[in-house]
Amino acid sequence: MLEFIQEKLGKALSSLTGKGLLTEADVDTALRELRVSLLEADVALPAIKHLMATVRERAVGEAVLRGANPGQQVVKIVYDALVELLGAETPLELKAAPPAVILMCGLQGGGKTTTSGKLAKWLKDTQKKTVMLASLDVYRPAAIEQLAILAEKTGALSFSHDSMDVMVRAKAAMAEAKKLSVDVLIVDTAGRLAIDEALMAELVAVREVIKPTASLLVADGQTGQVAVDVAKAFHDKTPLTGLVLTRMDGDARGGAALSMRFITGVPILFLGMGEQVGALEAFRPEGLAGRILGQGDVVALVGKLQAAAASEDGARLEEKLMSGKSMDMTDLKKQMLMMKKMGGMTGMLDLLPGMGALKNKIDPSKVDDKVIVRQIAVIDSMTAAERKNPSLLNAKRRIRIAKGCGLTVHDVNKVVKMHEQMNQMTKMMRSGQLQKMMGKMK
Amino acid sequence: MSWLSRITAGLTKSAANVTEGIKQAIGIAAKLDDATLEALEEALIAADTSLPVAQALLKDLKKAKLPDPLTQEALKQALADLIAARLQPLAQPLSFPASPTVILVAGVNGAGKTTTIGKLAAQWAAQGKHVVVAAADTFRAAAVAQLKVWTDRADASTKKGSVSIVPPAKEGADSASVAYAALEKAQNEHADIVLIDTAGRLANRADLLAELPKLNRALQKQDATAPHHTLLVLDATLGQSTLPQVAEFHKQIPLTGLIVTKLDGTAKAGFLLALAAQPNPLPVVAIGVGESLDDLGPFEPSAFAAALVGIDSAK
Repeated sequence: MLEFIQEKLGKALSSLTGKGLLTEADVDTALRELRVSLLEADVALPAIKHLMATVRERAVGEAVLRGANPGQQVVKIVYDALVELLGAETPLELKAAPPAVILMCGLQGGGKTTTSGKLAKWLKDTQKKTVMLASLDVYRPAAIEQLAILAEKTGALSFSHDSMDVMVRAKAAMAEAKKLSVDVLIVDTAGRLAIDEALMAELVAVREVIKPTASLLVADGQTGQVAVDVAKAFHDKTPLTGLVLTRMDGDARGGAALSMRFITGVPILFLGMGEQVGALEAFRPEGLAGRILGQGDVVALVGKLQAAAASEDGARLEEKLMSGKSMDMTDLKKQMLMMKKMGGMTGMLDLLPGMGALKNKIDPSKVDDKVIVRQIAVIDSMTAAERKNPSLLNAKRRIRIAKGCGLTVHDVNKVVKMHEQMNQMTKMMRSGQLQKMMGKMK
Repeated sequence: MSWLSRITAGLTKSAANVTEGIKQAIGIAAKLDDATLEALEEALIAADTSLPVAQALLKDLKKAKLPDPLTQEALKQALADLIAARLQPLAQPLSFPASPTVILVAGVNGAGKTTTIGKLAAQWAAQGKHVVVAAADTFRAAAVAQLKVWTDRADASTKKGSVSIVPPAKEGADSASVAYAALEKAQNEHADIVLIDTAGRLANRADLLAELPKLNRALQKQDATAPHHTLLVLDATLGQSTLPQVAEFHKQIPLTGLIVTKLDGTAKAGFLLALAAQPNPLPVVAIGVGESLDDLGPFEPSAFAAALVGIDSAK
């Protein structure tokens, strides 16, 4: 899972360093690695072929930048092409005489009903719309009940009707939404196979009755190569206006999103990020491109690191680190403040390549970002002399500090320990041991 | 329609792409040349077999004795034979070592656990078994109600056996307590099988996965050998994330088998070949090919392989 395509490409292209231009053969070597990685990410073959052609055209003949690793250079070209192919951030378009109608469709088990609930909450909370949820899923047992529960949870209106006839329900839901003058009607439909002619015909008939403002395909982000066939079949039968990829909080690299976007040309609107009704995120191409490449949101991380390093504190810390002087408690505090600025440990882990998987293995209580605030409080309760010379911190002083910041001696001990570890790390960094250790971790 | 032809009917539809690929691959060429091999590789990848598996299969195909002159049918058959041979070790039916035999069913969200349990319960009841189903998905909205519809349907479908459901004692009850109550009921009533439906959980949610061993411990208070089977339900439409998914579940609760659902569509479930290539591969105890009660049946590697490469079952 921890796959750094950059490293792989770097290896493939290491022979290039010092050459003037990227040749066709060089680029092809890199593209073979790229194909393997994209296949592992479940990107469908037609999309891969298109992407590789684009990259080849742009990369061949490109001058190898002085100082840059040619692998990184190709990765940049790949990354940019991927972002382009994923399409821009697109808002959900709901301009229509009320009620605006959203049709939700997809395969069984894709997450339509849960997403309908999430969308209702999102429309209510961020767009200040009144929403009605209506289920046309008369096939799956308790699907109607499930949507009604979600309506209650999200504060949306719930359409209820005795009839188990899909068309009767569709017409009645439209009439009800008009009567109550809701802003948006979300119509959840039964899961269906694209090859099920009868059920696809039903979807077309429903579409004619409700005349949707938006037609969203809801699909599992873990879908394999079949993603292209599924998206194409639905798009052919009922022209889609948006895609929602669910279960993107899982480990899958989400190539299905690219496959579906590529084959339909329809924008990706939202990503489902969890089981709670609030777990719906607007799609950002940069984040997903990095994820598909298996390198995390490198762009965002680089941006944050640059901002942090640009600050005066960052520069001074680095200077001290290189000078070989040991760090005091004030330095530790500065480090903590920088960490906090960058979104805390959880924020950092989100952005680091391959750390998504790691993040879930870490006890959430241990990366509680409030911990940083408390640790800073501990340092603030020390005297200037203690901060400069932490070896002064005997038991008595630690008890005083704990009282001063309203925490326990155990908390104070942890900060002292952190300080020791920081100094050990910096020693290792200077001696090059850390690089060796990181090398072993790969 | 017979069970076998039903599988192949479902799978043939799904095999359309592979067939197309092979047709193109053969073209005029009557030998296994580079263009043919490339087209075959793409066809296998499109079936989610993964690149390494596709390459290994083709390596074997090159070594295989092929008839001369080579025909499209012969090539397809040779590939199907290679696939079937690799999958053969996975074809193992479920055993019932105890009375009651306790079967835990787990999987990611939307894989089809509840539907599969409904089908299993109905089939066993039709064979005269008495089945108790634990509605231990206490998380998803209306999950218990969904299972209740299935078990009622299953119970009504036969006079020979029976299916009863044990719902949570109260809303939001602990899933372990539901499993415990179901096993207790099954023991008191001398039922044959206990099926435990669990909430869907993604493989990277260590916190949610950790609930499963807890559920097992609750069962083991009554029967130290329970659960006798721990089955993971896999959606056939999923891709390469299936392997790490199986590994993560297996780490938390040692799995004893897999069930592949939704093979009735364009989905090909080629990932089974990648799973079969692992040491001690898990058996596939059943596959689901449709939505009705009897659309769940045994995994037959030769039928699966024939359909995957597009061999017409009518012949």
